[in-house]
Amino acid sequence: MREVAVVSTAHSAVAATTETPIETLIPVIDAALVAAGLERRQVDFWCHGSCDYLVGQPFSFVSAVDALGAWPPIVESHVEMDGAWALYEAWLKIQTGEADTAVIFGNGKSSVANMFRVMALQLDPYVEAPLGPDQIALAGLQARVALDAGVITERDMAEVAARSRRDAVGNPAALVSGEVSVDDLLAGDKVRDPLRHHDIPVMGDGVTAVVIAADDAARSLTARPAWIRAIDHRIDAQRIGGRDLIGVPSAVAAAARCGLGAGRIDVAEIHAPFTHEELLVTRALGLDAGATRINPSGGALVSNVLMAAGLARIARAAESILDGSADRVLGHATQGPCLQQNLVCVMEGACWVPCVVPSSVSARPTTRVAGQTCPSPVWCGRLPIGRLRMRA
Amino acid sequence: MSIAGLVREAADRALADAGMTMDDIDAVVIGKAPDMLEGVMMPELWLAEALAAAGKPVFRVHTAGSVGGSTAIVAAQHVMSGVHKRVLTVAFEKQSDGNAMWALSVPVPFGMPVHAGAGGYFAPHVRAYIRRSEAPGYIGAMVAVKDRTNACANPFAHLHEPDWTLEAAMESPMLWDPIRFVETCPSSDGAAALVIAAEDVADSLPGPKAWIRATAMRSEPTMFAGRNQVNPQAGQDCAADLWRKAGIADPRREVDVAEIYVPFSWFEPMWLENLGFAGRNEGWRLVEDGVTDLRGGSLPINPSGGVLSSNPIGASGMIRFGEAAMQVMGTAGEHQVDGARTAVGHAYGGGSQFFAMWVVGAEKP
Amino acid sequence: MSNEAEDVLRIRTPIGVEYAWSAGTRSSAYLNGLLEGKLLGKRCPSCSRVYFPPRNGNCPMCGVLLGDDDVEVGPNGTVTTFCVVNVPFLGQKITPPYVAATILLDGADIGMQHLLQEVDAADVRMGMRVEPVWAPRDNWGPTMENITHFRPSGEPDVDYSDYAGQL
Repeated sequence: MREVAVVSTAHSAVAATTETPIETLIPVIDAALVAAGLERRQVDFWCHGSCDYLVGQPFSFVSAVDALGAWPPIVESHVEMDGAWALYEAWLKIQTGEADTAVIFGNGKSSVANMFRVMALQLDPYVEAPLGPDQIALAGLQARVALDAGVITERDMAEVAARSRRDAVGNPAALVSGEVSVDDLLAGDKVRDPLRHHDIPVMGDGVTAVVIAADDAARSLTARPAWIRAIDHRIDAQRIGGRDLIGVPSAVAAAARCGLGAGRIDVAEIHAPFTHEELLVTRALGLDAGATRINPSGGALVSNVLMAAGLARIARAAESILDGSADRVLGHATQGPCLQQNLVCVMEGACWVPCVVPSSVSARPTTRVAGQTCPSPVWCGRLPIGRLRMRA
Repeated sequence: MSIAGLVREAADRALADAGMTMDDIDAVVIGKAPDMLEGVMMPELWLAEALAAAGKPVFRVHTAGSVGGSTAIVAAQHVMSGVHKRVLTVAFEKQSDGNAMWALSVPVPFGMPVHAGAGGYFAPHVRAYIRRSEAPGYIGAMVAVKDRTNACANPFAHLHEPDWTLEAAMESPMLWDPIRFVETCPSSDGAAALVIAAEDVADSLPGPKAWIRATAMRSEPTMFAGRNQVNPQAGQDCAADLWRKAGIADPRREVDVAEIYVPFSWFEPMWLENLGFAGRNEGWRLVEDGVTDLRGGSLPINPSGGVLSSNPIGASGMIRFGEAAMQVMGTAGEHQVDGARTAVGHAYGGGSQFFAMWVVGAEKP
Repeated sequence: MSNEAEDVLRIRTPIGVEYAWSAGTRSSAYLNGLLEGKLLGKRCPSCSRVYFPPRNGNCPMCGVLLGDDDVEVGPNGTVTTFCVVNVPFLGQKITPPYVAATILLDGADIGMQHLLQEVDAADVRMGMRVEPVWAPRDNWGPTMENITHFRPSGEPDVDYSDYAGQL
């Protein structure tokens, strides 16, 4: 496998906007490219996640190609999924050897319609969709099951909300933030019993863009790439009454495939638009909330940009590697009603590959040793001692 | 039949053909055109259960009309990356569950509502091709008669209309002048599925297989000043990349058969030029000379009857890719091209701006 | 199950969603121009091409946002290509048959779609010069439909080589 890393990220502000999606998109793509020090022409592959139903127009993604300056023509693809899956496709593309660099973006404009209603159109068209539930009602069903099973409490849920809003202070992309007491939250009305306002995401308009690169390209673009150590996604059957809503088996399976049990996770950005979802995913991934910082960005609860929020979690997690504040992080994305489909991406600051020192220094491949700086002044010399890890 | 039934039927056939069951499959890659054609948002979420894919990775591609082709390519990349060994890919559309003409012509409030579905969009490009190439007006009808006749040898084709003659086709009413009724694809329900396996898995399977020699994709914007909409640069670049990766120097001689995405008959000569099978403004001559005929032609185009005889939009590209594979596997039945060793699958979408192509061969590359 | 009941082969499940689209910053200038009877495009700061309408607000070739200044185009233009629509369909706003033309307005670098009338479909030609016909001013709104249609202007046809690059 090739070593692939996130080398830069960018986000738009997420408040409701009267800009076109393209007017929002272009500055964010530009910012991600500038941060990576890449020109558009140097991008080997572009991959985009969005959804026609958010826009109410077929082929809505097509106009996004206009934002890429796709002339001369580019190698590009689109998923009708959260941008996190676009990142998965780009990662695969780089693994085939046909690309070294890729720009991934997810965008959504939640302000154009009642998105809680729109999202329920994902249900099967024969039995469940005609009943007309909205996304909040579906989430409420899942929360109720978990509450009644004693797996979570309403206080746990309120604590997620209070922590998310507190962490969101200073995050320009957050639509709600601030200190609030759990007791005050619990005194609020229930919107869809058992869900209160604070359990429900604040919807936003916006874009997240991520640049990834392979091997030496990644090393040349940033001092401390966020190396994608493992990435996997799984799906559960959709039928709300026919699956394990508490255990979230697809998240458990994805975590297992990523080897999540081994080693400490410093930061986990979990894509959980609803408070109970964060609790269920944390549990499914086997994260220790004492050892792992959960959603220090405030998460999707404080700014839920549909089709971008999952990619944003991976981006936020990667940022804590890029800025040197964490060594091993996790980004999680979900889509489908009630956590139906889950993606896990584990990233590390340490470079595992045997390092080939540039010929000007030495012709011999060198393996880095824990506790020493990388012998290459070109690639990793700036990395703090102790952050490097030796491959077994 | 339900959407779920349609998709499952195609998946089951592909699995049976490969001698596999869903238990053997590592990942599922699904493609379809806009969700509004059926009115189900991100239907792969719901269809995962019908495909027995719970617990597996399920991936959804949407690249407009080229999606069937791009989905096959993304599925192939699941294997080429070394991440998976056996991937099932499925593409579908069930046009009878919705109204495609409506879904493709949703009035946009910022322009004039003159759009009239895909035909209305592409007819001006066809007119420009005819003007540019000075092609005789009957070329579109010739392609239509060929494809409708070919479809009669394909049990999976939507239209089985054996009685078309050139004279009758020329009398067919103009829908979107210069495009006639017979020169237009039908609205179809359908699904297609492929199983794509790694080399070691494929070697262990007893049946014939189609080796993927190269894949390519290119995109360009829908509209821009001075855009060549008749012979789009993205298609030219995509084809050049494909031939280079496959090691094909002279596609006209080295390719035995091609399944190309021709929803309106005039696109056959247009794409022959775009793909490099013919020189500029010369594509129609291959049609007129019978080069693209199934029987007797040296480069049969769309022996299956093509999109012109069956158009389940999201699946149409994958059908092209699958038909190309069937030709080199020697399993195309009555529409088999004798001795086909190298075949091309082609799809395009959007405003002739998204291209997906692959070359498959009978021999391991 | 009773044999007397007919099989259900199809169900209708009407589900409605309402959307409120934004025109965007640059298209808003174009729409406001239409309120005053002006055809306002925008210029790409990178390649200088003029886009009318300014669609999503960017130059698709350069991938940059269009400039702020308005560029008035037209009112006359050239038919670069066209289609005669003979097919009726659900939601259609104009009764067929009608001519949908791609019109390159003078001063613009990209054609736009509009209706061509006051001419027999058989007489429409590539290269034909056309002029807009505006609806009564009292009926104007921020919409391209302020121009009910285009019609031949009587100017001589434009030579094919002069617009072949637009096809």
